[in-house]
Amino acid sequence: MAEARFAVGRKVRVMKAYPVGHLRTPFYIRGCTGEVERVCGAFPNPEELSQMRPGEPRVPLYRVRFRQKDVWPDYAGPANDALEVEIYEHWLEGL
Amino acid sequence: MIERSHHDMGGLPAGKVEPVEHDYVQWERRVDAMCVLLWGLKGGQRYFTVDEHRRAIESMPPAAYDSLAYYEKWVVGLAQCLLQRGVITSAELARKMMEVENRG
Repeated sequence: MAEARFAVGRKVRVMKAYPVGHLRTPFYIRGCTGEVERVCGAFPNPEELSQMRPGEPRVPLYRVRFRQKDVWPDYAGPANDALEVEIYEHWLEGL
Repeated sequence: MIERSHHDMGGLPAGKVEPVEHDYVQWERRVDAMCVLLWGLKGGQRYFTVDEHRRAIESMPPAAYDSLAYYEKWVVGLAQCLLQRGVITSAELARKMMEVENRG
């Protein structure tokens, strides 16, 4: 299994990129900064699997916690409301 | 540049979501069962991956994506994947669809 580069609690930023393909990183979260909540394991890359390729080597998957107000510019709820998204390592940059 | 794929709608303005419980009709159950088998989740041969299936669904023209029901999208995606993997041909699918239509 691929070694996870980011530990729980690490601040990470999601790549602000718009490539073609089958992507599991939702549009709204690209470019946002959050914190690793847990390491989910490592899995065959779905972007590759979707193109009929094996998806190896496996890619670590993280659950990343974002503050809602960091994701939605007009967010009116409590400041510590959070949103968690599962994101593959190659979409993340350590801060 | 295409920035946002049509299916990737998270955060766009939309109405309130009203959760409703409903039962599945027989053809929906059949589509679900076929997919589970064809993805190889029950130990048999894997004809295509769930990721290919999702890509096929996401690649549908926006008007079709918006108008088809959940399992209608699944069955269109399923056909695309089987076609791409060479399990069926368009001609075979066409013949079968005509045959079913002619049952009346």
